[in-house]
Amino acid sequence: MTLAAAIFGRAAKAVTTLLLIVILNFFLIHAAPGDPAMVMAGEAGAADEQFIQQLREQFGLDQPLYVQFWNYVSGVVQLDLGYSYRQQMPVLDLILDRLPATLLLTMTAFGMSLLLGIVFGMAAAARQGKWGDTAITSMALLFYATPLFWVALMAVVLFSVKLGWFPAFGYESVGAEFTGLDMVLDRLKHLFLPALTLGLFFMAIYVRMTRSSVLEVSQMDFVKTARAKGLAEGTIRRRHILRNALLPVVTLAGLQAGQLVGGAVLTETVFAWPGIGRLMFESLTARDYNTLLGVFLVSAAMVIAFNIITDIVYRLIDPRI
Amino acid sequence: MKNLFTASLLSLGLAFPAMAQDAGGRLDIVVQPEPPSLMLGLVQNGPTQLVAGDIYESLLRYDTDLNPQPSLAKSWEISDDGMTYTFNLHEGVTWHDGEPFTSEDVVFSVDTFLRETHARLRVSLQHVDTITAPDDHTVVFKMKNPFGPFIGVFEAGTMPMVPKHIYEGTDFANNPANNTPIGTGPFKFKEWQKGSYIHLVKNEDYYLDGQPYLDEVYYRVIPDAASRAVAFENGEVDVLPGGSVENWDVKRLTEMDNVCSTGKGWEYFAPHAMAWMNNREGPTANKNFRKAVMYAMDREFVRDVIWNGFGKVATSPVSSKTNFYTDDTIMYDQDVEKAKELLAEAGYDGEPVRILPLPYGETWQRWAEAMKQNLKEVGINSEVVATDVAGWNQKQAEWDFDIAFTYLYQYGDPALGVARSYLSSNIAKGSPWNNVAGYANEEVDAMFAEAAVAPTTEARQEIYTEIQKQLVDDVPVAWLLEIEFPTIYRCDVQDLVTTAIGVNDGLRDAWIKQ
Repeated sequence: MTLAAAIFGRAAKAVTTLLLIVILNFFLIHAAPGDPAMVMAGEAGAADEQFIQQLREQFGLDQPLYVQFWNYVSGVVQLDLGYSYRQQMPVLDLILDRLPATLLLTMTAFGMSLLLGIVFGMAAAARQGKWGDTAITSMALLFYATPLFWVALMAVVLFSVKLGWFPAFGYESVGAEFTGLDMVLDRLKHLFLPALTLGLFFMAIYVRMTRSSVLEVSQMDFVKTARAKGLAEGTIRRRHILRNALLPVVTLAGLQAGQLVGGAVLTETVFAWPGIGRLMFESLTARDYNTLLGVFLVSAAMVIAFNIITDIVYRLIDPRI
Repeated sequence: MKNLFTASLLSLGLAFPAMAQDAGGRLDIVVQPEPPSLMLGLVQNGPTQLVAGDIYESLLRYDTDLNPQPSLAKSWEISDDGMTYTFNLHEGVTWHDGEPFTSEDVVFSVDTFLRETHARLRVSLQHVDTITAPDDHTVVFKMKNPFGPFIGVFEAGTMPMVPKHIYEGTDFANNPANNTPIGTGPFKFKEWQKGSYIHLVKNEDYYLDGQPYLDEVYYRVIPDAASRAVAFENGEVDVLPGGSVENWDVKRLTEMDNVCSTGKGWEYFAPHAMAWMNNREGPTANKNFRKAVMYAMDREFVRDVIWNGFGKVATSPVSSKTNFYTDDTIMYDQDVEKAKELLAEAGYDGEPVRILPLPYGETWQRWAEAMKQNLKEVGINSEVVATDVAGWNQKQAEWDFDIAFTYLYQYGDPALGVARSYLSSNIAKGSPWNNVAGYANEEVDAMFAEAAVAPTTEARQEIYTEIQKQLVDDVPVAWLLEIEFPTIYRCDVQDLVTTAIGVNDGLRDAWIKQ
């Protein structure tokens, strides 16, 4: 099968999967107790039947569920994700508004964890059994085993409260109106703690994965052959060992990449990062159906897209697949 | 803690307004959770009012003793028979878009806009016959009958003035202008970075000379309670409005240098914590059982430990901060033996009751656990049911609970904030926050109706005293605590809390000592 045909086949499957996800999510969400009108009435602290009835009419919740379902699905196939009555904005705008912040955070965490993970993993493998190896694997185990929120809180206490090096939360210095290099630096400072928190866990996994994989591949016959024909050690590591050792790492990286959109709820909450994970969580508690479904759809599309990309990367690294 | 000192400073500030205020500066205030909208005429939840209270105004404000003060109305008269309310509006007031604010806007806001959108105001408007504007700066409310509490409804969250030239003839709820609120208030809406902050700037054309003093205000959205505390510690924010950090952080924060706190600024709302008990079915349908619950609870412990000493044990349906409170009722101090006797009389068979905590954070979860413990000591079995906000509203509106925690605002008068929980006409399955306990007593209904329209304050006091005696004996709900949410702020912020709704409309007068 050619690459193009493979991608086409996957895309066709992906669309079907997405549609099923939309349907399933729709009914799951509507099965949860309470609805947006009830939440808004509850927040107002006072409500009569007229008030709730008005809200339900406004949100279209007075219609039978199958009508609501049909309206939603026919909108989605035309790429119209609906309107958030709670936030008084089209869902697509809401999502696009929040997406850049989340992607900046998750991509940074992703890139950082992958790069550092592979580098430290290889370093550990090269020093197998020595103190450097022990140090790296112990750190990896620590980060792997520690809950994310605790790491986040401790990072804030250390770097922000005690040392004052990095801001504890937020996306930028509010109202500072930096421009140019100052703005970039300001953003980077704000990015540091959340990206670190989010990246540490996966970095730990990559370290362990790379290390064991490299060690395994190093024992193989073709590596001995390479050595026997007198190749430099660095070349063997890079071209022979690493390339073969990376496959399992890529599998995991694909998994992590799938979470780029929806996987940072906790980090975004602790660090007040104005991303899509918080939008999702707040929409859930407010039963803002359209927004919630929209975020689910975008995250699902992201997971599927990265599965396809992972497959392609496999082929590039290992042409046998 | 410097709250006593601050409180006396504040009252001095009120007594001697000639004290010079420094102009300028920026204030960062926490808003939690992020409001869904800033259009105060459509949405009246806490965070919306906190921010929009600087943008929108009403005819009056209220001092911390609930006395009416001028706002958009510079003076007002109530006729001796209590049937006519005449308001004289400030002249030269403009909306943020430059259009003049006139009595036509008042008539439109109250009679057209809010009558359609504001569930709580609608109840009071039932007593109003006509609202007219004889000239540009006069508004007259003619009543159908005297309604004592009426002078208390001209508060910004209860009766916000909305611009007629923007809303007339439109679909209010879906008007695109809702995203760029236009009011008459001391601050104008500048920008809302969703998930991050709301930026308001000084209204240069405000009708009070030299006010507001601050240049700009940022309302900061910080979703995690611990992060909010850190934000205040780091100096990122200057004001933590009541309830924005967990109780156990309050002590640590108020002990910092240059940090003040005050419990004032909640008199109008007077949040009254209680537990609705299902009067229709289950063990709680029995009055003796409900009394046993009252005697079982150690409310002092809750106040001292769970609320860190803030607040006051509630002894009646009316808060002691609200008008017409009486302490001439049964007092339910903790008494395990008495509770056990009452349970025996009620013939309680050990059927477990479901406790529904309020899903508003850790404090309420702990409170439910404390109650479960107390109930166990007198032999009542219970289980705590877990829900989120939507589920909680659904369960209480559908009467799916035995004991449900809540807190309700009193709005300064029993007719506005108290009667709604006990009137049998206010039982409506499917709507939250009404008489969800299902208490029905014709006598009480009649007394509430009479008290609302009684001609004099003395006559009203007499009836409300009777009502409180009766209700406290019937225990339709378990009254828990008059909650106090301390406002925590840097001491150089002056005159922040001077009204009965505190920070919600406090920025008009607030200034920063340079």
